[in-house]
Amino acid sequence: MNSSEARTRLVDRGARFIPPLIVLAGFTGLWYLYALFGLDENGRKTALAYPHTVVSEFFGGGPEGEQPWQLLSALGLTFVVALAGLVIAMVLGVIFATLMSQADWIETSFYPYAVLLQTVPILALVPLIGLLFGFGFNARILVCVIISLFPIITNTLFGLKSAEGPQHDLFTLHQASRWTRLTKLQFPAALPAMFTGFQISSGLSVIGAIVGGFFFQRGPRDLGNRILLYSNRLRPAEMIAAVILSALLGVVFFQFFGWVGKRLTSSWYKQVR
Amino acid sequence: MNGDPTSATPALRFDRIGKIFPDGTEALTDVSFEVRAGELITVVGPSGCGKSTLLRIASGLDEPTSGSCHVDRQNVGYVFQDATLLPWRTVGRNIELFAELHDMSAQQRRDRTADAIDLVGLSGFENHYPRQLSGGMRMRASLARSLVMKPPVFLFDEPFGALDEITRERLNSETLRLFLHEGFAGLFITHSITEAVFLSTKVHVMSGRPGTIVGSYDIPFDYPRQEDLRFDSTFAELSGEISLALRGAHA
Ligand SMILES: Nc1ncnc2c1ncn2[C@@H]1O[C@H](COP(=O)(O)OP(=O)(O)OP(=O)(O)O)[C@@H](O)[C@H]1O
Ligand SMILES: [Mg+2]
Repeated sequence: MNSSEARTRLVDRGARFIPPLIVLAGFTGLWYLYALFGLDENGRKTALAYPHTVVSEFFGGGPEGEQPWQLLSALGLTFVVALAGLVIAMVLGVIFATLMSQADWIETSFYPYAVLLQTVPILALVPLIGLLFGFGFNARILVCVIISLFPIITNTLFGLKSAEGPQHDLFTLHQASRWTRLTKLQFPAALPAMFTGFQISSGLSVIGAIVGGFFFQRGPRDLGNRILLYSNRLRPAEMIAAVILSALLGVVFFQFFGWVGKRLTSSWYKQVR
Repeated sequence: MNGDPTSATPALRFDRIGKIFPDGTEALTDVSFEVRAGELITVVGPSGCGKSTLLRIASGLDEPTSGSCHVDRQNVGYVFQDATLLPWRTVGRNIELFAELHDMSAQQRRDRTADAIDLVGLSGFENHYPRQLSGGMRMRASLARSLVMKPPVFLFDEPFGALDEITRERLNSETLRLFLHEGFAGLFITHSITEAVFLSTKVHVMSGRPGTIVGSYDIPFDYPRQEDLRFDSTFAELSGEISLALRGAHA
């Protein structure tokens, strides 16, 4: 690749960021307008904070003179909770999916409960988790696990079953063991779908961490904690800052797993977009 | 090659094979013939007459409902209609696959893989992924994958059916070269009469479903066979006869 080509590629890449930045600028403008002139239904000025106040809250001290950077340390904690929950869900999900792929009876026995995990409203489950597991740190991780498990199970299972009949025939012809079939055929075939599952769940896990922190107030303060705190104390600027941070964390997770999955499979797998 | 074909015991023998699928489809009835080392036997027949089923039975992937099939199933080469390469493995790693499944030593595996890649003319493509290959190259890789095991019995299920005429003819010649080099007992399924006559020592014609052998033709040409054999008058005559029989089989 010569240098002018490299430059063109760099420009192309940069160009991709321009349209979303324009949208961001427009959105920020509207935000300022509303914060300046917006009125609520009683004709009073709204309590919406200005974007720059929100941004300064990322680094500033909290209400009642807490130390600076408190939002960022809360972010770090939420990151840890979400990651721990996600990793546990990945391990459990892949194990469950693998077991289900090995025998129909295992799948038919457990799949309905996997679906249940997905359909039960997590908010309704949270108080119960508190009663059973306490209102501390572990309960928050558990919420993340529950909320991220299902997409990992279904996508992995789908992937493990995606190996085609003739490919299985190759292994049958050569008297391959169940284990060989699993490791040399089904797992590699499942990899793209597995990472799709991880990616979906990574976003969910961050949501789980926020919900968990929101409810389980014992232990160190994370973003969910903070959001509840700010809402109780009517601090819109901090609240918006916390929400934006949690959304960004979700995006980072999502992009990361997308990137890893692509690194592992792009040489052979044609992504359907 | 294993000397005089007729003196060896058959490497593969079908004895009054019948196959009825659980849904009631009768695919094969009363199929008997044998293949010896150094023979390359072709079966032609109308679509859906049970040719693939016959090969699946020969390889042990399927069981006959009546009759019996005698073959050493430990080591049967089987080339499917599609190349069925594993897309996440490079060509080299695909060709190693069977050796790997049989726990062949690393050294032997490497040597045999390199030989097989050479034999099918894929040198230089070891590190390509299947999706980077043409259809013909994928078929070569599929052939090489089976060659690594040096199987005494080789089954081919219309391996070149999806390829263009020129590529097919080239691969026909290469199949013959492999056949002479390895001396296996070959059973080859095809739709193409030219392909059948060019390749084989004997052509069996199968009837429509349920499939059974309705005609057999010894092909008298010596090996190695040249490309222009296809324009030989005896070749044309034989092809015509088989074509007629096949038309009867369709009816
Ligand atoms: N698993 C199965 N269950 C039921 N019927 C089957 C099954 N497999 C094949 N058949 C039927 O058996 C018949 C023979 O199938 P087979 O695939 O052996 O045909 P073929 O001669 O190879 O055809 P083609 O030339 O089109 O490949 C077909 O009618 C097919 O529908
Ligand atoms: Mg077939």
